[in-house]
Amino acid sequence: MKILYGMQKPDEGTIAVNGEQVSFSNPGDAIARGIGMVHQHFMLADNFTVLENVVLGGEKLHGIGSAARRKIEEISDAYGLGVRPDALVEDLGVADRQRVEILKVLYRGARILILDEPTAVLVPQEVDALFANLRELKAEGLTVIFISHKLGEVLSVADEITVIRRGTTVGTADPANTTTKQLAELMVGSELPSPETRESTVTDVPMLKVEGLSLGATDPDGVVREVLSGIGFTIHKGEVLGIAGVEGNGQTELIEALVGMRTPDGGVISLDGDDISRTPTRKRRESGIGYIPEDRHRHGVLLDAPLWENRILGHVTEKPNSRGFLLDPKAARADTERIVREYDVRTPGIEVTAASLSGGNQQKLIVGREMSHNPKLLIAAHPTRGVDVGAQAQIWDQIREARREGLAVLLISADLDELIGLSDTLRVMYRGQLVADADPATITPEELGSAMTGAAAGHLEAAPEDEA
Amino acid sequence: MKKFDKDRLILGFAGPALALVVAFALSTLVLLISNRDPFELYRLLFEQVSYSDVQVLIINQAGTYYLAALAVAVGFRMNLFNIGVDGQYRLAAMVAALVGASVTLPGPLQIALIVIVAMLVGAFWAGIAGILKTTRGVSEVVATIMLNSISTSLIAWLILPTNFGDQAAGSNNLTTGEIPEAGWFPGLPLSPDAGEIYGFTFVAAGCGLVYWLVLNRTRFGFDLRATGASESAAQASGVDAKKMILTSMLISGAIAGLVGMPTLLGDTHTYSLDFPVGLGFTGITIALLGRNHPVGIALSALLIAFLDKASSPLDQFGFEKEIATIMQGLIVISVVVSYELVRRYGTRRQQQKVGEELAAGHALTTEKEAAL
Repeated sequence: MKILYGMQKPDEGTIAVNGEQVSFSNPGDAIARGIGMVHQHFMLADNFTVLENVVLGGEKLHGIGSAARRKIEEISDAYGLGVRPDALVEDLGVADRQRVEILKVLYRGARILILDEPTAVLVPQEVDALFANLRELKAEGLTVIFISHKLGEVLSVADEITVIRRGTTVGTADPANTTTKQLAELMVGSELPSPETRESTVTDVPMLKVEGLSLGATDPDGVVREVLSGIGFTIHKGEVLGIAGVEGNGQTELIEALVGMRTPDGGVISLDGDDISRTPTRKRRESGIGYIPEDRHRHGVLLDAPLWENRILGHVTEKPNSRGFLLDPKAARADTERIVREYDVRTPGIEVTAASLSGGNQQKLIVGREMSHNPKLLIAAHPTRGVDVGAQAQIWDQIREARREGLAVLLISADLDELIGLSDTLRVMYRGQLVADADPATITPEELGSAMTGAAAGHLEAAPEDEA
Repeated sequence: MKKFDKDRLILGFAGPALALVVAFALSTLVLLISNRDPFELYRLLFEQVSYSDVQVLIINQAGTYYLAALAVAVGFRMNLFNIGVDGQYRLAAMVAALVGASVTLPGPLQIALIVIVAMLVGAFWAGIAGILKTTRGVSEVVATIMLNSISTSLIAWLILPTNFGDQAAGSNNLTTGEIPEAGWFPGLPLSPDAGEIYGFTFVAAGCGLVYWLVLNRTRFGFDLRATGASESAAQASGVDAKKMILTSMLISGAIAGLVGMPTLLGDTHTYSLDFPVGLGFTGITIALLGRNHPVGIALSALLIAFLDKASSPLDQFGFEKEIATIMQGLIVISVVVSYELVRRYGTRRQQQKVGEELAAGHALTTEKEAAL
C-alpha cells in the first residue's frame, strides 16, 4: 500500500498503471499517475474549512478561490458526496471528514483510489452511505482499492478480493461465490475467530464504580463544553462492560479521566473500594489498572525505543522492570522475550524499535504488557483496531481468559460485533452521556448503531435490568 | 540480536563521521575560495596539538565545555531546549565567587560550599524558566534567552564596587574578590612548562558517568527519556509532565552552575569582567554533535576545544584565527543535516530488515508455532 502510494520503494517487482510500467519515488509521482490514498488516520487541518483543506498542497490546480470552489462542488455533485466547501473541518463528523478526504483525492485527479480501513470509525449506517459513494465512483469508471479487516464489508462492496497475509498474496476470491467463513480461513490460514463469550463470569463484587463523573473542556474558541456529564456505572469482577458510541462522543475523555490524565470537574471514581478520583496516573496504574490506549502511537508505545523499553513503559515502578529506584534491564529484557513468545508478537528480536513492527504486533506487545501485571481493571479502547484476524482472536481470548479469573474490563470499541460478542453489559454513549443500555445477548449491530446516532435512548428493547 | 546492535553502532558513528567529512570538505572549499592553502592550515592545526601546553589547554577547555554540553543534553533528552545555560553558569559562578570570597572554611568544605552555591544558583535561574513553562505555558526557549540578558545585567550591577564588587587600584577590571586558598581546587601538574590540568576536569568526567547512570539505569531516567520521546505516551504511563519539566530544568540548571567551576576554582579564583562568556552556546553545539551521549559529548568537547585552542596562534602564520569559528559553524550545519539523514535511513533500513527477517521465518519462535 505504501509502495503503491510512493511512500516506500519496492526491493523488486513492478507496478503497471493502465498497462504502463511505472515507478514511484514519492507520493507526488503516484498522484501524477492518478493514484490517490485515503488514510486510516485523517490528514486534515481542523481549523481550516473544507475548501482550504482540499486546495492545501494542490493550489496550482484550480487556485484557491472561486475556481477551486466550483471544482469542489462539481466533484461533490458528480459523486453524491454532499460536501459543504465552507464548513470548518473541526465541526464535521467522522463520516463527513472521510468524504472530504475522498474529495481531496478526487480533486487531484485520481482515477485509482486506495482506501485504508475506511470503515473502522463509522457506524453501520455511515458505512452504507460510504458504500453508496464508492459504487457511484465505480460507476464513473474509477478504480477503488478497499483495504479492510472486516470481511462482511469486503464481500459486500468488492468486485474482486485479494487476500494478503504476512506480506504475500495467499489467494484471490470472487465475492459472488465466497462466504465470510471461507474468506476468513484464507486470511488466518486456519481456525475461525469469534468474539462470542456466552458463559457468564460476572460476580457481584464491584471493581470499578463511577458516580456522577463530569468534565468540561474549553474549545479553541474559548467556549466551555461539557464533554462528560453525569456518567455513572459499575463494573464487577469478571464483567466486561462495553461502551458503544460514535467516536468523539466523550469516550476518549472518559478513558483519560479514568486513567488520571484528565482531572474531572466532579464525580467519584473508586477502584476496588478505594476512592481514586484524585490519585495520580502512576498510582492508579500501580494499583491495578491496565490500559490499552485507543491511539497506540500517542499513548501506548515509544516508537523509537526498543521493544524491551516499551515493555517497561507504564510499569517502570513495578517488577520485573525495576528494583527500588534502579531499572533492571536484564529482567525487563527477559520478560519482554516471554511476552513476545506468549503473545505471538512477530519480531526478529527485542532490540528492534517499536516503529519497525506492524500495528497488530505493536498491539499484541501492549496487550501482553498490560496483562503481565495482573490488572484488576483493564481499560481496553479499540483493542483490536488495525489488527489482523488471527491476532484479533488471540486478543479476545486473552481478555476472556483474564475475565474468567476475575478481571473487570471496560471495553470501548467501534467494532460492534466485538462489543456485542465480548461484553456482559452494554452502554451507549452519546454527547458525553450514557444514554442507553442493552443486553448483548439480544441486540443486533443495526439497533446498536441507531442508538449510537442518538436515535434511541433508555433501555433498548426489553433488556434485563442491569445495575444503574 | 547482535546483528541489530552492530547496525545501530555503525549508524551511530555514521552520523558524526558524515558530518565531519562534510564539514571538512566545506571548510576546504571556503579556504580555497578565500585563497588560503587549506592543507597548510590543517598541518598547522595538528602541529599545535603536539605541544604539551596546548594539550593541557585543550583538555581544560574541553572539561568546561563538557559540563556545558551535559547541562544542555539533559534538557534535550526530554525535548527541552535550555538556551539559558549561558546566563545560568555566569550568574552561578559570580554568586559562588562572592560567597567563596567572603567565607573561610577548611579546604574541602570551602570548595563544597562554593560548588553547592553555584549549583543552587544555576538551578534557581533555570527553575524560573521551568516554572514559567509549567504554570503559564511560556516556551522555555524564549524564557531562557530573556533570562540570559537579565543575568548579564544583574551581574553587571552586582559587581559594581558600590555593591559587591572590588576594583583593584590602577585597574579597570572589577572582581568579586579572591577566594582564599582553601577554596582552590588542586590541579594535576604535568610538567613545569605545560601547566596543570584543572582538578575539576575530573569532576566533569564524573558528571558524565552520573549522567549516563541516571538516564539509563534509573526509573527517573526512564521517565525522563520517555517524556522526551513522546510526552503523550509518558503521560499515559504515569509521568507527571509538569513535574518532569520542572525537575529536568532544575537539573539542567544545576549542571550549568558547574560550568564556571573549573575556571573559577582552578584558575582565576575570582569572578571578574573577563570571565569566559558564551560557553553555554558552545555547549549546545557540542551536545548536538555528541548526540546527547556522554561519550559522544566528550569527543565533541575535545574536538571543539581543539579547534579553539589550536587556532589561536594562527595569526602568526598569516591565517585568521576566525577560520576556526567558521569551521565550528560548518560542523553544526553538517551535524543537523547528516543526523537527520542517517536517522531516516536507519529507520527505513530497520523496517525493511524486520520485514525480511519475518518473511524468511526468523521470528522468535512463538508458543503457538512451537505447538504446531
